[in-house]
Amino acid sequence: MHDKTLRELAASLEAGEFSSRELTQALLGRIDRLDGELNSFISVTADQALAAADAADAARGRGEAGPLTGLPLALKDIFCTRGVKTSCGSKMLDNFEAPYDATLVEKLQAAGTVSLGKTNMDEFAMGSSNENSFYGPVKNPWDLGAVPGGSSGGSAAAVAAGLVPAALGTDTGGSIRQPAAFCGITGLKPTYGRVSRYGMIAYASSLDQAGPMARTAADCALLLGAIAGHDVRDSTSVARGVPDYTATLDDSLSGLKIGLPKEYFGEGLDPAVAEAVQAAIKVYESLGATVREVSLPHTHLAIPAYYVIAPAEASSNLSRFDGVRFGHRCEDPSDLIDLYKRSRAEGFGEEVKRRILIGTHTLSEGFFDAYYTKAQQVRRLIRQDFLDAFEEVDVLMGPASPTPAFDLGANKDPVSMYLQDIYTIAINLAGIPGISVPAGFVGKRPVGLQILGSHFAEAQLLNVAHQFQQASDWHLRRPDFAKETA
Amino acid sequence: MMEWETVIGLEVHVQLATKSKIFSGASTAFGAEPNTQACAVDLGLPGVLPVLNEQAVAMAVQFGLAIHAEIPEVSVFDRKNYFYPDLPKGYQTSQMYHPIVGAGEVEIALDDGGTKRIRVHHAHLEEDAGKSLHEDFHGMTGIDLNRAGTPLLEIVSEPDMRSAKEAAAYLKAIHSIVTYLGISDGNMAEGSMRCDVNVSVRPKGQAEFGTRAEIKNVNSFRFVERAIAYEVERQIELIEDGGRVVQETRLYDPERDETRGMRTKEEANDYRYFPCPDLLPVVLDQAYVDHLRDNLPELPDEKRTRFQEALGLSAYDAGVLSASRAMADYFEAVKDACGDAKQAANWVMGELSGALNREGLAIEDSPVSAAQLGRLIARVLDDTINGKAAKQVFQALWNGEGGGQADAADAVIEAKGLKQVTDTGAIEAMIDQVIADSPAQVAQYRDAEPDKRGKMIGYFVGQVMKASRGTANPQQVNALLKEKLDALC
Repeated sequence: MHDKTLRELAASLEAGEFSSRELTQALLGRIDRLDGELNSFISVTADQALAAADAADAARGRGEAGPLTGLPLALKDIFCTRGVKTSCGSKMLDNFEAPYDATLVEKLQAAGTVSLGKTNMDEFAMGSSNENSFYGPVKNPWDLGAVPGGSSGGSAAAVAAGLVPAALGTDTGGSIRQPAAFCGITGLKPTYGRVSRYGMIAYASSLDQAGPMARTAADCALLLGAIAGHDVRDSTSVARGVPDYTATLDDSLSGLKIGLPKEYFGEGLDPAVAEAVQAAIKVYESLGATVREVSLPHTHLAIPAYYVIAPAEASSNLSRFDGVRFGHRCEDPSDLIDLYKRSRAEGFGEEVKRRILIGTHTLSEGFFDAYYTKAQQVRRLIRQDFLDAFEEVDVLMGPASPTPAFDLGANKDPVSMYLQDIYTIAINLAGIPGISVPAGFVGKRPVGLQILGSHFAEAQLLNVAHQFQQASDWHLRRPDFAKETA
Repeated sequence: MMEWETVIGLEVHVQLATKSKIFSGASTAFGAEPNTQACAVDLGLPGVLPVLNEQAVAMAVQFGLAIHAEIPEVSVFDRKNYFYPDLPKGYQTSQMYHPIVGAGEVEIALDDGGTKRIRVHHAHLEEDAGKSLHEDFHGMTGIDLNRAGTPLLEIVSEPDMRSAKEAAAYLKAIHSIVTYLGISDGNMAEGSMRCDVNVSVRPKGQAEFGTRAEIKNVNSFRFVERAIAYEVERQIELIEDGGRVVQETRLYDPERDETRGMRTKEEANDYRYFPCPDLLPVVLDQAYVDHLRDNLPELPDEKRTRFQEALGLSAYDAGVLSASRAMADYFEAVKDACGDAKQAANWVMGELSGALNREGLAIEDSPVSAAQLGRLIARVLDDTINGKAAKQVFQALWNGEGGGQADAADAVIEAKGLKQVTDTGAIEAMIDQVIADSPAQVAQYRDAEPDKRGKMIGYFVGQVMKASRGTANPQQVNALLKEKLDALC
């Protein structure tokens, strides 16, 4: 049953083939046996999961089951959960239990889903390899010598390894799409404002967005419907109706206009990845789509702009971690300044400190205009690039990452790590949605095709991704790691 | 001897009277147990987000309209970043670059009877911080976050004031406006209004400003005057002794009546302001602003003018009665209940204010309600009681007699038998008795020169009033007595 999609599991539960408790127990067993090697979970919440599964089974017994009732999933450890540790991958919050549930968590609970636990991640969502976690790196189930991507690496690896059929992630500069690509699963970053950020620990508030990670686009559609919508507790969430994302999955792609940004196929792109992406595009042509080249002329400015804006916001967002009210506090502080300095020095890891320093610097008097103001101007240009492109085409396609998953420990230099996000970062700056779908392999390591749409075009993206999955089988492949003989 | 001019600018922090905080649903009530009015948002827990309180926006706009300020279509919240234990998020959400209220002006009354316009540079919304409690924690510091997130309107004046008196008058004018609007309780003792005072001196006639000192957190009208007086003297003395004023933050100590430099690193702080990405820009449409403008209550200046022009009060009376909204509301309720503005004004400013002052009570806490006082005055006007009895009734009402209803005066009049006797027969009977009981005085009256008799009649009036226990109508008593005594001559 661990190979099934959410849709298939829902059908099995409805048909009475097994109960949610049996399914939950089976998956908890797999986590128990396999995750020691993989390290995709920070916390496994077996007791709460079984209680939720029983409640789901009881609801089904009463005829009150909805489409997600009893379905297991996992939550990135960035979402606050009442009574369960929410660490954000950091020593700073190793002792933190939120007294409240994130809106997304509340919605998933209300839909009857069963959370099996909290998944590993780069500390405070800062990273592209999941090597920045206080809880250690996560391995890629397709190749245990490779990273799973980041920052939602635990969620991606857990789904790829069949520990859970779906998981929730967050994406500030590619943190859903890049690990989805590296782990051969489907991951959607919705439009900024589509999903409430309340209860999701902030990295860069104007870029952060939560989204689903699953085996198929159809499963992502199911989950997005459950988590999307306006939230009065998040002023940046958008008051706009939530369509039934599953209703349009089967729409025909005949006449679909696909744009290929030439900047996404240039220098630095692994030729094997390019080949896989081109092959996927051919599939689309066979489905009736037309393809043309487009240009996003400010693409080369996306990484510099991102690494001004995101650290600036982060430096302010992470000020609350001061050792005063919650989180890590140093031993025997001699005075207030000592308390601040040592608590933060001990509680934060390298990369987090680096970004706080960058952000503090770029916001400083005398530097603000040169960095922050300029970066915001660039951000508007990048957004305009996309708006212009969507005047010509319906969706954009390209690789999710310039290379397949790289080796653990391979990218020691922070800047070379930052450059990994070349194809994903601009999307967050523009606020548009993007999805990564499995589109082949380079050796053992998966390749992701990224599809981008205009603001609030999630239904279209999911339809386009689903049609590809009806015509291909990359998303059905399973790593050897997942094929345990039990 | 050099002549000096004082230059003063004020930053007034007004706590807005919203029910809940500016970015959370927690209560803003004063005086609760520490940290019982701080929710997850106020504590700055990971993952929480601010949601702007619409009431705070409306109140800020009302203030702007009241001072005839520009109301920009768009205002933006910024983060002011610094570390302090009573600042839970590590930043204060404020408005640095695009405040909600633009330039406006406030008129103040001068001692010479004239007025002066003080320009307001802008007013912006921000959240208050919590409180650090240094006592009772054995060398440690306690943090109370009840106040964290309380909405503040910071009103920044231009350096237009030239004396401590003008500064106090300006502060009073702001106080009067915000309490009239009902956007703040204006309670300075509870910190609902406090101000930072920028003071500098310059030789009279010099165009450029001197170096200023900022006196932080002054929280009474009196302290503002005294702090400025001290500071001006200090600066002049310093300069005349060959020193120079340094730009610094100072604290006023009311106990020693002096200002002192604060040892603070704040001056060196770089607050790294940037727009808060968790809050959308506030966009006010014209219809919304117009609606607020149309529904503004009558403001102090307008009320003073109406009291003079429509009610016929003197300039002085109109000024006193419109000084605070509570006073004006009380006066108007008395006036409505008795139907006579002048009598209402006399009673409110006379008997009532006297009694309130003796007991140190604010008009809001008057034991005699406006309705009760109005009824009492009405009973004088309709001749039910005379003026002397009215004072007795007022005292009884002050002491809580009469049952507390609006018609308590009637109950007191009834219970004490103070109803004025106007029945001629009854008064004549009392007069006859007094005349019969006072043969010596009658004889004196008879023997007196007719032009002296007028004075002598006072004795008989007193006796008759005494006999009536004050209830006889004094005019009637006078007339009848004169008639009867003259008949005896």
